[in-house]
This record gives sequence, C-alpha cells and structure tokens, in this order.
Amino acid sequence: MATENTERIFDSNDTARQERIKQLKRGVQSFTQNKLSVIGLLMILTLVFAAIFAPYIAPYPEDAGPGVNYDQASQPPSLEHPMGTDTTGRDIFSRVLFGARLSLLMGIVVLSIAISIGVTLGLVAGYLGGKTNTVIMRTTDVFLAIPPTLLAMTVVAATGASLINVMIAIAFSWWSWYTRLVQGEVLSIKEDEFIESSRALGSGWFRTTFKEILPNVLSPITVKATLDMGFVILVGAGLSFLGLGAQPPTPTWGAMIAQGRNYVTSFWWIAVFPGLAISFAVLGFNFIGDGLRDVLDVEVN
Amino acid sequence: MSYVDYIVRRGFQSIPVVFGLSVLIFVISRVIPGDPVRLALGPQASQQQVEKLRAEMGLDQPLPLQYVDWLAGVLQGDWGMSLRTNNNVLSDIVARLPATFELVVVTLFFAVLLAIPFGVVAGTNKDRWQDHLSRITALFGVSMPRFWVAIVLQIIFVVSLGLLPLSGRLSDGVVPPPAVTHLFLVDSLIAGQFGTFVDAAKHLVLPAFALGLATLAQVMRLIRSDMIDEQRKDYVLAARAYGLPNNLIEYKYMLRNAFTSSLTVIGLAFGFLLGNAFLVEIVFAWPGMARYGVQAILYQDFNSIVGITIVVGVGFVSANFVVDLLYGYIDPRVRLEEN
Amino acid sequence: MGDTLLEVRNLHVHFDTYDGVAEVINGVDFTIDEGETAALVGETGCGKSVTVKAIMGLLPAARIPEGEIVYKGQNMLNLSDAERHARRGREMSMIMQDPMTSLNPVLTVGEQMTDVLKWQGRRRLSVTEWVRDKLARTSDAEYRERAIEMLADVDISAPERVFDSYPVELSGGMRQRVLIAIAVLSEPDFLIADEPGTALDVTTEAKILDLLDELVEERDTSVLYITHDLGIAREVSDFINVMYAGEIVEQAPTSDLFADPQHPYTRGLLESIPTLSTGIGDGIEGHLPDYTDPPSACRFADRCPYAEPECREVYPYPRQTDDEHAIACHLFDGPPAHERHVDIAAEPVNIGRPPWKESSETNSESDAVADGGSIQ
Repeated sequence: MATENTERIFDSNDTARQERIKQLKRGVQSFTQNKLSVIGLLMILTLVFAAIFAPYIAPYPEDAGPGVNYDQASQPPSLEHPMGTDTTGRDIFSRVLFGARLSLLMGIVVLSIAISIGVTLGLVAGYLGGKTNTVIMRTTDVFLAIPPTLLAMTVVAATGASLINVMIAIAFSWWSWYTRLVQGEVLSIKEDEFIESSRALGSGWFRTTFKEILPNVLSPITVKATLDMGFVILVGAGLSFLGLGAQPPTPTWGAMIAQGRNYVTSFWWIAVFPGLAISFAVLGFNFIGDGLRDVLDVEVN
Repeated sequence: MSYVDYIVRRGFQSIPVVFGLSVLIFVISRVIPGDPVRLALGPQASQQQVEKLRAEMGLDQPLPLQYVDWLAGVLQGDWGMSLRTNNNVLSDIVARLPATFELVVVTLFFAVLLAIPFGVVAGTNKDRWQDHLSRITALFGVSMPRFWVAIVLQIIFVVSLGLLPLSGRLSDGVVPPPAVTHLFLVDSLIAGQFGTFVDAAKHLVLPAFALGLATLAQVMRLIRSDMIDEQRKDYVLAARAYGLPNNLIEYKYMLRNAFTSSLTVIGLAFGFLLGNAFLVEIVFAWPGMARYGVQAILYQDFNSIVGITIVVGVGFVSANFVVDLLYGYIDPRVRLEEN
Repeated sequence: MGDTLLEVRNLHVHFDTYDGVAEVINGVDFTIDEGETAALVGETGCGKSVTVKAIMGLLPAARIPEGEIVYKGQNMLNLSDAERHARRGREMSMIMQDPMTSLNPVLTVGEQMTDVLKWQGRRRLSVTEWVRDKLARTSDAEYRERAIEMLADVDISAPERVFDSYPVELSGGMRQRVLIAIAVLSEPDFLIADEPGTALDVTTEAKILDLLDELVEERDTSVLYITHDLGIAREVSDFINVMYAGEIVEQAPTSDLFADPQHPYTRGLLESIPTLSTGIGDGIEGHLPDYTDPPSACRFADRCPYAEPECREVYPYPRQTDDEHAIACHLFDGPPAHERHVDIAAEPVNIGRPPWKESSETNSESDAVADGGSIQ
C-alpha cells in the first residue's frame, strides 16, 4: 500500500511541474498579446538601459554633479538641451538620466530588503502557526495601519537624510505587505494534501517550504513586486522632494522637482521633466504589473 | 437588529481600536532616537539646562508613567507644547485641522462622485473602448506623483492661463467668513457671502484635483470590477427578464450591491488622504495640519508628531466607522445578520 | 388549444469562446399554442436555458447565425433592441430558477415589484422622470395595492409583511412565490418557468407547481416549463420537447410520449426515473459532447446503445412518425418533420427497427417504463 501511495505522489509531483511549465508558456503568450504589458516592458527596458549607460548616453555627464555653467543657466528646452538647463546651467536631461540610476537602485534595494524580510516572516508565521503566527501578524497589522510615507519620513527624520537611510526607511514600512500576502497563501496551502503527503514522506520543513509552498506564492509576489517598484519610486520621490533623500548635488528626481518648484512661474521645465521621468517609470511598472496580474489571474490589493 | 442598535454597537467597537492606537503612537514617539530636548535648546545648552527641561517635560520618568500622564493630559485637552512653535499642540492642530479636513472631504467627494459613473460605464462595457480608456486613465492617474501633478497644474492653470489662484485658501484681501465650522465653503454659504464662497472654491480646485486624481483612479477601477462581478449574478438576469430599464438596473440594482466593497476602500482612502495630504499642502501653501505634521517630523517635535498622528488615527477610525454605518444602511443583510 | 403563439424555427445559437466557436443550439424547432403548456426537457448543459434566453433576448454575447423566433407573427430577431425590451415582462415573462439568488438582496420585495409595475418595458429611464416620480409618490399606493394583491394570489398568507420584507428574511418557498408573482404581474401571454422549485424541497416544489397550474388556468397563459425531470414534465404539460446537446431529439403530446417513447435518449431518461416496480433506474452513461467540436452527425451517438456506423456519418433529421410525434433518430422512418429538410432528408437511413419493438417481452418492459413511475 505504501509503495502505491508513494508512486502516486511522485507522479502527481511530476504532473504538477509539467502543468506549471505549460501554464508558464501560456502565460508568456498571453502577456505578449497584451499591448499595454509589452509597452510597459519596453518602457522599463529603456529605463534600465538609460540607467546603466547614463555616463555614455548623457550629453553632459559632468552635470550630474556640482557643475556650474552660468552662461547656460535657465535655458528652455532646445536641441542642445532637450530638457533645458537649471539655474546653475546644468543639463537637465543628463541629470534625469543619472537620476534613473538612483530611482531604480532604490526600488531594487528597498524591495530586496522588504521582500526578504516580509516573505521570510510570512513563511514562518504561516508554517509554524499558533502563537508565533499571532505575534507576527499583530505586528504586521500595526505596521500596515501606518501610511508608509509617514513612517518612512519619521524614520529618515530621526536617522538623518541620505539615500541609504531613505531606502532602509521605506523598506521598514514596506515589508509588512509581503508578510500578510505570504502568510495568507501559506495558510491556505497548508491544508492541501500535497503538503500532508510531502510531510508524510519525511521531508523536513525546509524542503516542503521551498518545493511546495514557494512556487504557489510566487505569482502574487511577482505581481506585487512589479507594481511596488513603481510605488517605491513614488514614495522615494516624495521624500527627496522634502529634502529627506540624497542630498544635492545628487540628481534625484524628487529633489530636482523641489528645486524647480521655486521657478514655476518662469522656468517651468526644471520641475516638469523630472516629474515626467518619474511618471514614465511608474507607469511602465504599472503597465507590466497590470498585465502580469491578468495573466497570472491574481488578486493583489 | 435595528439600525440604531447597529450604530451603537459599531461605535463601541471602535473605542478599543483608538485606545490601542494611542499606545502605539506614544511608544513610537518616545522611541525615536535623537534628543529633542537638545534640539530645542540648541547645542550650546549646558547639561544642567538640558536636565532641567527634561524633568519639566517629564521625560525622565519611566515609560508607562509617561504614557499615563500623557493620556490623562490628552483627554483633558493638554497635548503638550510644541518644541517648534512654542504653542499648545492642541491649539496648533485645531487651528489647522479645518483646512486639511475641508480639502480632504472635498477631494474625496469629487473623486467618488466622478469615479461612480466612469466605473459603471467601464464595468458595463467590459473590454470595449470605454473600458480600455478607463484602464489607461486610471494607470496614468496612479503613476504620477501628487506633488508633481500639483506643480504642473499650477504651471498650466495659474501661470499660463491665469484661471485659478496659486496658493492658500483665499485670495489676498478676501476676509474669511465668520467662523462657524471653520470650513470656508460652509461658513461662507451660511453667512451668505457668495463672493467668498466662489473664492474659496477656486482655491480648492487645483489642490483637490492633485490630491484626488490617484484616488479617483483607484475607486473607478474598483467600481468597474465590482460591476463586472455583479453582472453575472442571477438577480441581474431576473431584472433584465422583467424588462426593467437598463440604467435603472445598473445604478439602482447593481451599483448598490457593487458599492459595498468600494465603500471599504473609500473609508481607507479618507484615512490615506488625511495622512498624505501634506505634499499637496506644501505645494499650495495650504495652511493645513498635514504641513504642520511634516514640519514637526523634520524638527523631531515629538509632541506635535504625536498630536498629528492621534488626529490622523482617530480620523481613520472615524472614517471606518462611517463606512460601517453606510454599509449597514445600503445592505440590510449586514445588520439583519448581526443577530 | 388556440392559434400558434410562439414558433421557434431552425434556431442556431453560437458563442465565441477561447477554444473556438461553441455551436450550442443546433437547429431547434418547436411551437407553443395559445393556452398550451409545453415542456422542454433535458439534462443540465443540454441548452434549455440558452434556448429560452434566446427567446427572451437575454443573450448579448451570443450570435444567432440562423433561425427565427416568431412570436405572435413577428420575428423577434428582426426587432430593434427597444422593441424587444418592450415585450419583456409584459408579453413574455420568466420565472427564475433559483429563488435564493434571483431577488436583489438590498431592496425590499415591495420595491422590486413596484419598480416592475412602474418601469417595465422601458429601455432607458431618464433622470428627470425618475426624480419626478420620487417626488410625486401619489401613485405609490396604487402600485402597493396591486402588488399585495398579486402576492396574495400566489398563496402568501401575509402579503403586506412580505411586501415590506427583504429577501433575506423570507424562506425559499416564499421567495419562489414572490418570483412567480413578479413574473405574472403584467399578465403576460407567454410564461417561461425555468425549473421552478428545483432548489426547494420536494413538498414545497409540489405546492409551487400546483400554484402555477392554478394561475395559468385562471389566466389562460401559455407556459413553457424547463425541467430535467420527465416526471414533472408529465404532471404539468400537454406537450413535451426532449432536448439533447442543443437539439430537439423527440417531441410529442405528453400522453403519446409516455405511451410510446421512441428516441433512445428519451427511453434512457425514463428508465432513470426510480419506480416502485423497477427500483432505482440506471443513468445514461457518458456525457454531453464538446460544443466547440461537436459530432457532425448524431450528437447522441456516443452514448447511444443502439448506435450504428451510419449514425456517425449521416445527420438524423427529425421525422414525423405520428400526428404530432417527431423523432430525430435513424431508427425511425417517416417524412421529414420540417419543410426545409424535405430534399436533404428524403432518403431515410436504414439501420433496422428499434430493438424494443422486436418482441412481446420487450413490449411489456416498455409498458412498465411508459407508466412513468412515481415522481420521487
């Protein structure tokens, strides 16, 4: 009897994997059919490309730092300066390109931290259950109740304004979403026969977690992470707008807008273009995330 | 149970939440690193002066005692002194709260008002151009930073077109209406000052739009998906089979059912807007509580921070309470099943 | 019976799906006369709901590539949206199947009935009209009276209370009565009853059927019963159309059908009815075909115990075996039941006689089956 069951279990594992591969292929197909997703993908690829090759693409790479070029100051957009120049004569287009690096870096670092912490806590909470679960989830609830921007702002204000602090601060307020997401999934999968039988075979919790639970949680996490890239960039921009991010002359998009704000009545381009860049980035991630959500048929808040 | 019973019950349930929130806020504020006393006195202060002020502010007591003192004070109206403005925090906040409240309420009102028809049209025309347009508009709305939208609006409507004012709640030279609610729109109507009403309204247009665009997008998409879910329900088929008018079915039959889930989001949105209005307030120099809060955070003025957070927290809880009330009104099953 | 009220001719209904075109309804013909009660019988998924929804015009996602739905001499498919809408609820009405989900949960019964009385048949309601009506309130009393009267007619003992109740406060049986009341409010000439009572317990179901019987008698309404239960069809209808996989496989007056059931599917259905003498019947092995890739010939062949190779190659057009008895099966001979098939189906396919008509033993078996058994 035992051998029969074992064989059946191994069979079902294999068929499950085959099913997943088939689903993946179907998913890629329908993703590429969705126009918005493809556009989003192109947008983000452009962004990544711009970020990586900024020093080579930017017409005035030295303007990313404390360049001073007063005879070129406050020029409206033109062929030499597609986005104009700021009050110290720096080329805004070049600065925006370098700013892309910072934004993407922020998104990646913040989410890496947030997801690592959040997912681990979620797995632990869901798998172990009981008191551990309660403690972790209550803490998560508390963090979720506070608007992330406010919390991040508080942390940065307390620790000092710098890029790293901003990243840590935002990650600090972001992990809780992933914990809740993962914990929910783990709880619902825990009941599954799959896990029961896997455990019966003697595989430890490590194996069970990684082989059985994670693949199922992968979809909602992927969708959320994609959308979050955009939102993290938004929050980060808000913080640098307030002067809480990387300090000048570092060309963060938010800080550039803050600078430009003083000249709204005369040199509108200083504030407008960095904002367009932010919107471009966030929109790209949202397009992709929206498409992914449809493809993976996932409900993410 | 009757509606009144339901309201009372829900009201009672909110209290422990507010209480828990107060504890949380207090703990967080006291745990912020950095020495606010030194900040207030400046780096030149002697150790003696620092300790004196610390004792005066009760900062040398054990935490639980501090909490009790603090809570007692809060309930009696003593919210401490702002290290930054040197005023009573409560009076600081009270002076600024109506401005933020008015902005948030107006924003939410118009966001929801516009989101409903757009959402219904998108939902009942799934996958057709109306739906695609709404999706793209929503994605744009959610992707643009609020503070930047605010600036762009200023550039277009103030600098370029000169149609609307740049900042503040009222134009220079316009006297605020006699204070009843401290909400300029309401007060000016009460006093019959239509000129002031128009002026206040003009000042609200851009900030409300900048603040509410993302919320409008969110709520619109939510209503859309709820409407799509409702379409499949049996009672919709029945209503159509009886020959009822299509728009009656959409707005009276379907929307009422679909709206309940949107209501939760709207309640959350209120709290969210209250907590995130600051960036827009800063751009428009809006004399509100949110801007005050930001300054408090930047200066580590923890009494003020705590005060603001209490208000935001209570606002949040109240919003959810109101949502519950509306829920019970719209969907009778909710209160009938409370038994 | 009076004149023809509804004639469905060669109806085809197709749906576009991800897997291709689903040819759900594949040439359905039946007629309903004034004052007649007919039944459309078939298992779940055979297309009964789709057919009636097509008649009512409630399938926006479907395509009707061929066929006519002629009601009182007019082809409904040629009418405009507004014209079809005007007839819904007033000329032809439907009693929904599931009383638990067919009433709007957030409105009282009274409100839903009043809405029907006030606005039925109009495609759009202008805002000004609605506002004016809200303000007027004078005619509300009339509507209330009329609705309460109707609720009393469906044997609801406290109609005023039910009028003011929310659906969640009413039992399943009550809700079903409300559904009937709403359907009959405007005195339609044609009523479709979609498995009324299947969601309820058997005793309540019986009462509901009795009630419907009464109402229909009083008003001389034509009724089309949708059901999967031949036993019920026998109780309530004068004429039975047996449907399988989007086609009518056999149709006959009720007594004829039970006296001499001919299509293998019908016989299979009858044998499934548990009786005191034969015990619990056997179901019919197998399942409905895939509508996106249906058999080109007989759609029942894969489940038919008498199927021959010809059944899978030549399409079995319905043939007239008796005055009002038509069957779509190669086991039966006779002139094509429909004009349009006269040329194509001129030569019947000969696969032999139905086996149960061979000997006298099988005759008595068919008698037992024809008794119909008791409705369990």
